[in-house]
Amino acid sequence: MFGKLTIDALPLYSWIAMGGAGITVGGALLVMAGITYFGKWRYLWVEWLTSVDHKRIGIMYIVLALIMLLRGFVDAIMMRSQQAFAYNSDGYLPPDHFDQIFSSHGTIMIFFMAMPFMTGLLNVAVPLQIGTRDVAFPFLNSVSLWLTAAGAALVMISLVIGKFSTAGWTGYPPYSGIEYSPDVGVDYWIWALLISGVGSTLSGINFIVTIIKRRAPGMTLMRMPLFTWTALITAILMVFAFPALTVACAMLGLDRIFGMHFFTNEAGGNLMNYINLFWIWGHPEVYILVLPAFGVFSEVVATFSRKRLFGYPSLVYATGAIGVLSFSVWLHHFFTMGSSENVNAVFGIATMIIAVPTGVKIFDWLFTMFRGRIEFHPSMYWTIGFIVTFVIGGMSGVLLAIPPVDYLMHNSTFLVAHFHNVIIPGVLFGYLAGFSYWFPKSIGFTLDERWGIRSFWCWLIGFYLAFMPLYVLGFLGMPRRMETYNVAEWQPYLVVAAVGAVLVLCGIACQVIQIYVSVRDWRQRRDLSGDPWDGRSLEWQTSSPPPLYNFAVIPTVEGRDAFFDMKQRRTAYRRPERYEDIYLPKSSGVGPILGGLAFVLGFAIVWHIWWLVGLCALAMLGAVVSRCFDDDPDFCIPAAQVEAMETQRFEAMALAEKPAQEAEHDPAFAAQMLPGRVT
Amino acid sequence: MLQPAQISDSINPVMQLIRQTLSLTAMRRIMPCAMARLAALLASGCEISGAPIIDPKGPVAFTERDLLFTAAGIMLIVIIPVWIMAFVFVTRYRVKNKKAAYRPDWDFSTPIEILVWTVPAIIVIVLGTLVWDYTHRLDPYRPLQSSVQPLQVEVVAQDWKWLFIYPDQQIASVNELVFPSGRPLSLRITSDTVMNSFFIPALGSQIYAMAGMQTQLNLLADEPGRFMGRNMQYSGDGFAKQYFEALATSQADFDAWVAKVRQSSEVLDANAYSALAKPSIKHPVTYYSAVETDLFDKIIASYMGDEMMSGHTPTQ
Repeated sequence: MFGKLTIDALPLYSWIAMGGAGITVGGALLVMAGITYFGKWRYLWVEWLTSVDHKRIGIMYIVLALIMLLRGFVDAIMMRSQQAFAYNSDGYLPPDHFDQIFSSHGTIMIFFMAMPFMTGLLNVAVPLQIGTRDVAFPFLNSVSLWLTAAGAALVMISLVIGKFSTAGWTGYPPYSGIEYSPDVGVDYWIWALLISGVGSTLSGINFIVTIIKRRAPGMTLMRMPLFTWTALITAILMVFAFPALTVACAMLGLDRIFGMHFFTNEAGGNLMNYINLFWIWGHPEVYILVLPAFGVFSEVVATFSRKRLFGYPSLVYATGAIGVLSFSVWLHHFFTMGSSENVNAVFGIATMIIAVPTGVKIFDWLFTMFRGRIEFHPSMYWTIGFIVTFVIGGMSGVLLAIPPVDYLMHNSTFLVAHFHNVIIPGVLFGYLAGFSYWFPKSIGFTLDERWGIRSFWCWLIGFYLAFMPLYVLGFLGMPRRMETYNVAEWQPYLVVAAVGAVLVLCGIACQVIQIYVSVRDWRQRRDLSGDPWDGRSLEWQTSSPPPLYNFAVIPTVEGRDAFFDMKQRRTAYRRPERYEDIYLPKSSGVGPILGGLAFVLGFAIVWHIWWLVGLCALAMLGAVVSRCFDDDPDFCIPAAQVEAMETQRFEAMALAEKPAQEAEHDPAFAAQMLPGRVT
Repeated sequence: MLQPAQISDSINPVMQLIRQTLSLTAMRRIMPCAMARLAALLASGCEISGAPIIDPKGPVAFTERDLLFTAAGIMLIVIIPVWIMAFVFVTRYRVKNKKAAYRPDWDFSTPIEILVWTVPAIIVIVLGTLVWDYTHRLDPYRPLQSSVQPLQVEVVAQDWKWLFIYPDQQIASVNELVFPSGRPLSLRITSDTVMNSFFIPALGSQIYAMAGMQTQLNLLADEPGRFMGRNMQYSGDGFAKQYFEALATSQADFDAWVAKVRQSSEVLDANAYSALAKPSIKHPVTYYSAVETDLFDKIIASYMGDEMMSGHTPTQ
């Protein structure tokens, strides 16, 4: 009846594991109790969970990412504290538990923190930047979100029922095969990745089509904001790379469930096939994450330097070049497998070539600041922190791309330091910059800047303290993934690294305070203008938060900095003669239902509850088919209602203290803004 | 007797050029010093000279380390300007400094674009040349040039220990690798469990150990000494304690060690091997006075039948 699932699946083996399970269950119950107490279930379901509006889906992705960031960080600080004390001692985490922690840390941070954060930012900004009313496939967008959430839920429930994988976030066989990992941990990992991977592939398709087909009139490719460009390249990478991961995980799943031999030691299996497939996805994945962050930096640096972005064509071509090259370097993750010197040399050189377009980008951002008027918004702090720190990660990356150097540093903490040095400044700082940059656009009020800057300094200094010692430890020959060690020289560095992690914790605390303070004072912090930063691209033309339909009239683009040009020509806030009916997609419960079913399906496969697997598969098929028969997926906002909403917006904007700097220079501005009243 | 120069830099013109311009010999002294200073900063008074990679004990590790420092030095040509520009631009063009020039529409400059594309490209070409050359020289499969015949050792990774078989001496040991310094060490490596990675940091070049396959590694210790060797690839519960002692000795001491092992009462036959192959953590150093013939090949064959995979053949 319940397959392999018995009462032994509860984490009674250690107090710490039980604590983790307790916090997870308790947290979920607390949230649910709160929703019940305030009577918000209906509101939540109708307005949010079933929404197919890209703006709300974006916010839900980012909420998911922030929750998973906390979970992933708890894992990180547990590892740092264990290693700080574990010289000739077992510390407080037994190997089996420590191994689950580093596996879930990597899995969560890549798949359930960075990926949702990235997809969330794309959802929040891209349709607005290209001047459209929604993504090309709004319902598919909701399905992607809920599949990602289902994957995240599988990782979370592994804390409570059963255990998580101990095979690391890369899940290398044969260790991850059934012979060496007979328990359910690896299955949780496989199914979390498979389900969320489908979601990511669908998101990729959605954004390619959206960006290609849905741009406002006049927005040629070379007029797209750079963030949209990076989103396009990332979406293409997602569509091409994720199938490799899906196939690798599915084959590993077949090995585990049906005793096949794709990656086993015996019967003709070969682990290197898995490792190749994994990194054919895995290396492009780095750029899937980092390119949108580069896009954010491009937007932020131009906006807050009060200048046009320097070297736009270079930045576009560099982004494209990185996208293409990202598929040609995967072998550098295993130079030490014994491949021939020619193979290693070719992949080493290919890897270094990526450093060229990346270097170009850094210089273009620097020259955007050159002869600008730099305003130190927290987003700008993240950007500057990124430039200064990321180059160190780039340098260690090029070092590791030299095969003989990799023979020396592979699998050491030097490698760990390298990829954190790329991903924390390059990805996370970028997303956090995007978070504070687009927060007012999404939510309607700005974030407190003082706490944002405090958070930045804690993160930055914490990062250096946590990861520079790991570079040194690499030179001392320390491998990654050790729960205990017998080399006294390592300990001082690990203590410093733990202090760094504590400082990062302070940074996260500052962010929590920042959100708290901002929400508390939201009335004073409201962004009535829709354009709090004197922005340059179209998302700042509409209100904050934008109305359901984003733009009452689809804007016509005449230049690269579309909105900034309009402001200069005094056409940014011109109201049309008359409004038209607007058709938008209806909310649909099928997305969250599919997500829920996918979660149960994954759970049932993990525990071999086959009848439930069949039931879920049928139900999912039924849900999709039923959706196909929905012939009336849109609803209409009548022109009169649009006009009323727009009038309200322009009245609110007149109250805004700063409807862009335009008003300062142009006394006729207010009159222009409210033509209805003045005439 | 092998000199570091033989696989090091005497032939490569690029390396020579860089050596002259950057004065690599000086860098050899400066870089570890800088590292040590950084270390001292991070952890008061911690001695870094024991760092196996900063202070290598064999020509392979030595060349690899030099390559690392050289490449890092070359890249500073780009990185230092980035830091300087970031600092200068951010301070000079801050919004409060109204005296600084302000050109909001300036968004393109052909000379700057040419510069930012070509300088990194040139650096990558230089580094690429080094990569091509040194990847061939430092191919772990390539036998080290020496007048002395290399010592053959067969290495088997097990959960969670290392078995060393000396085919010529017909002996074996667990968790202790003894070999004469100044004589190349030629290793054939496989795994009888999940993937491991064999590494002696002070001697350089790690390589994977995989079941049903063999990889090769050629190392050399310049001087007698004791080094840490270990598995670098996470492999389960006993991974953290899966280390061994690599002892480079004089030829006389090595002969004495062989004689000592030959006196062991234990013999590594099929039964003893399958008992040994069972998972164990912190397995004590064990000597075997005799080893079943072709044990290493039989371990590989047990996974693959007779189609053995052996990576690539080194170019001579």
